[in-house]
Order: sequence, then C-alpha cells, then structure tokens
Amino acid sequence: MTAVLENTHTPSVRAEGSRTVPLSRLTVVELRKLADTRAGLWLLIVIGLATVGTSAIMLGWSPDAEQTFEGFFGFGLLPSAVLLPVLGILSMTAEWSQRTALTTFTLVPARERVIVAKLAAGVIIAVASTVATLALAAAANLLGAALGADGSWDIAGSLIWQGLAVQIIFVLMGLGFGALLLNSPLAIVGFFALPMVWTILGSTIKALGTAAEWLDINTTTTAMSEPGMTGGEWARVGVSAAVWVLVPLVIGVWRVLRREVS
Amino acid sequence: MITVERLTKRYGAHPAVDDVSFTCEPGTVTGFLGPNGAGKSTTMRMICGLTPPTTGSATVGGTPYRRLGNPGRHVGVLLDASAQHSGRTGREVLALAALTMGIDRREVPRALDRVGLNATAGKRRVKAYSLGMRQRLGLALALLGDPAVLILDEPANGLDPEGIYWMRGLLRDFADRGGTVLLSSHLLREVEAVADQLVVIGAGKVVAQGSKAELLAQTGTLVRAADPAALAMVLERAGLTGTKTTDGGVVVPAGSEVIGRAAADAGLVLLELRPAGSGGLEQMFLTLTAGDSVKEAVR
Repeated sequence: MTAVLENTHTPSVRAEGSRTVPLSRLTVVELRKLADTRAGLWLLIVIGLATVGTSAIMLGWSPDAEQTFEGFFGFGLLPSAVLLPVLGILSMTAEWSQRTALTTFTLVPARERVIVAKLAAGVIIAVASTVATLALAAAANLLGAALGADGSWDIAGSLIWQGLAVQIIFVLMGLGFGALLLNSPLAIVGFFALPMVWTILGSTIKALGTAAEWLDINTTTTAMSEPGMTGGEWARVGVSAAVWVLVPLVIGVWRVLRREVS
Repeated sequence: MITVERLTKRYGAHPAVDDVSFTCEPGTVTGFLGPNGAGKSTTMRMICGLTPPTTGSATVGGTPYRRLGNPGRHVGVLLDASAQHSGRTGREVLALAALTMGIDRREVPRALDRVGLNATAGKRRVKAYSLGMRQRLGLALALLGDPAVLILDEPANGLDPEGIYWMRGLLRDFADRGGTVLLSSHLLREVEAVADQLVVIGAGKVVAQGSKAELLAQTGTLVRAADPAALAMVLERAGLTGTKTTDGGVVVPAGSEVIGRAAADAGLVLLELRPAGSGGLEQMFLTLTAGDSVKEAVR
C-alpha cells in the first residue's frame, strides 16, 4: 500500500527535477556564497569601512581644492580594487580548501556552469562596489562642500567607466588566480606578489623595459585613473589583461573541469 | 534504481576499482561493504560523476548522473560529512542547496528538524559541529530534494548508538516507501542490521554479492569443541578447512551433519554446532578482504 502512495508521489518530483538549474539561480547562489561565511562577510565589511576611510582621510587631511566628487571617487576605488579580488580568489579556492566542491558539483555536475556563475557573481560585485563608491563619494563631497571645501561635481564620464573596468579586471584576475592555484594562501600570495615582482624586474632590467610597458598590469592600469585614455593605453591594458587575467582563467577553468573531486 | 556496469578506475597501474558491477533496486537498502581503501568511496564518486571512470559506466534511474538536469531532486548524496565550509552555518548550507535545487526555503527548518538538529544548532557554524552533527546535517542535505535514491558513504561514522539506531529506521522507512538506498560501511554489523542486499568489495573487486539471506546461508557451520586441538585434527582428517573465530569456535564451510558425524566418529565432545549466520558472514568478510587494510595508501 505504501508503494502505491509512492507512485503517485514520484512523478511530480521528476517533472520539476529534470529541468536544468538556470544560470541566473546559480549566480544568485554564488553571490550569496561570497558573503555567507565569516571570511567573506568580514572581507566585505573591511572593504566598506576602508572605502569610508578614504573619504574620511580626504575630508580630514586633503587640501580643499582636491576635495571634489572626482577626487573622492578615484581614491575611494582603491580599497575595493585591492581587496575585492581576494573575494574572487576565495570564491574559487574555498570550494577545494573547504571541500565544498563535493556538494557544489554533486548538485550541479556541469562544472562549467558553476564557473560561469562565479565569474558573473564577480562582475556583479565589482559593479555593485563601483556604484556604492559613487554614492559614498557623493555623500563625502556634500559633506566636504558643507565644510567649505571645493565640492565640485565635475567628473569625466570616462573615469567612471575606466574605474569600473579596473574593478572588473582585478576581480576576474583574482578568480583566475584562484582557479589556477586552487589553494587560498598560495593564490592570494601569487596574486599580489607575482605582478609586483614583474614590476620590479621591469623597472630594474633595461632589456625588459618595453615588454614591461605592455605586460605589467600594475603599470598599464595606472592610465585608467586618468580621464580620456588613448587607444594605445587601452591596447596595453588589453595585452596585460590577456596575460594576467585570461591566461590564468583559461588554465584554471581547464583544471577545475578536469580535477577529481574527493 | 542504481546500475553500475563494469566500473574500473586506475591510478597509474594501480586499479582502485576493478570491474565492479551491481544494481540497487527500488525498495531495497544495499549495503556496500569493504575495508578502508577497498574502493567503496571511489565507486560512489564515480556513480555521482565526481570522478571519471577509466572504463565502465553507472546510471541512476537509467540516466548517467552528469546528465540529470537537477540531480538533487533525484538523488540524495552524502559522500563526506566533513566536506562543508567551516565558516557557514548549518542552516545556510541547506539554504544554499535549497536555492540551487529550486526548493522553497521553508523546507530548510523542516529538513533540520527531520535529522534532529534544532534551531540553535542550525544557527551555529559547521566549525562547531561534532562529527555526528555533521553526519546529520549531511543527511538533511541529502534528503532536502525529496529524492528517490540515496547514496551515502559511511553515514554512521561519528553517530552515537542512539543516532545509528535512528538512522537505520530512517533508511528502512525510506526504502519501504519505494526508495533506493546505497550505503557503504567498513563495519559489517552496522550494515547487516538494515540492508537487504550486500555487495562486498576487497582490493577494488567485488568478492561477494547477493541478498543478505543468501549470503548468510552460504556462510557454513560454526562448531566449538571442548578440545579445540582435537577438533582441528578431526577437521583436517575429514579434509575440511575451518577459520577460527575470535571466541574459540571454528567456522567450517560444510553442513552440520558432516561435521557432527566426523566428531562422533572421533568421540569428540562438541559444545556448539549451528549455522554460522552473521558470525560466519563476518568471517567470510574478513577472509575475502584480508590483507587490504595493510595496503591502505594515501592517494
């Protein structure tokens, strides 16, 4: 008699269960995973506090003429540019160091979909942090103006887009390093140390000078904090991003797809 | 329904799983037995599409696992209860899974409740969980999608006796309602209490499989004599080789009449002569899989 009950019950499960999990839902899951652990939550809190801190520093110590919307925005992007990639790294590496890949890939065997969702979540968090920085810069500028500073609202549109692009490039680079190394400490150290080593080598060894201009992502992205980038500058950003973002990402994705989960 | 066909996994030249085939029918609990390192977990990972097999295939409900659109709704999987983010709360672990599977969030407290984790436990981070609580959380995760099939690797690990008893009831009930359960263990006693079917694996190969009743019937006769040395001689003379049990008895692969006559002819006093049953199954299990545990290696 219980078997009869089971038969009426099973088909409804099958109908809903045979549909593939949509990518939008996976992206929401990955976004949530960025903030639902102690490490992720604190990282986000620290980024928020540090961004508020940039405005506080400028309000307290910068010359009045520099206290503009553009100034607050440019400085305010710094903490998230440095720390959001760590969130991206952890998104990839925690699956392996905390072994949650076992659950993640059991629920979604198509690993490439999980990776796409992680990349999408990274881009969304970069956009969100840029928007939040804009809002914070506006608030700081209002406050600054009230305190008698410059308070100019002029900002080159290109600066906003370039600022956003920097955030996205570095978050994706973090995700790439995470996927490539699949180990949190190793990926974090590699992410910060390797470009720095390259910068030092490029500036000390004469023969590397030209190569460094194109391949040193710290140098090429400096241009992005100035309005109105030239085509040449964009090309250099593109080439360095291909080396530091695309290459780790491609090899990393290949690794994640092939790696045995245990 | 789980179908495993000639699954083989080699790491270099070493076969971790060697030509393993079995099926698990709806309405039954299949115990997957073997010592540590025999290939149980590797086989289960291959069924769940986490490890690509070298050769062979496995299907769940007729479909390879990786082709199931939303596998959580078909198959509940618990392969390692410790494989959870230590910084996430128990409730959050289930909430993420519910979100992924497209299940109402209100199922989460119900799922926690079903495995005996209260609201306070749900709010705590997995780091603070005992192994037993992690197993319960893992079971809640496996049951969350209301699956028809359960695949559980050593689920009784870390559970206290009361917890083990509770889990047996849960699995028995799941199977009685038409579900399929595959459950691994290295402890025969643990599986014997709940399984209908047994698959015994040693060194990557299936060494015995069948219904529990069948296997129990084949286990021979337990005999115990007042003079064990004399019994050994009598058995040797009759051409029978027995295996000693830990409590001084001998399990002999022959009927009780053969042994009884041989003992009577020799004037031997027997203290016990009966079908070996589960004691024999344990002997068989140990004999069939002997030597594997010392070969256990880090992969």
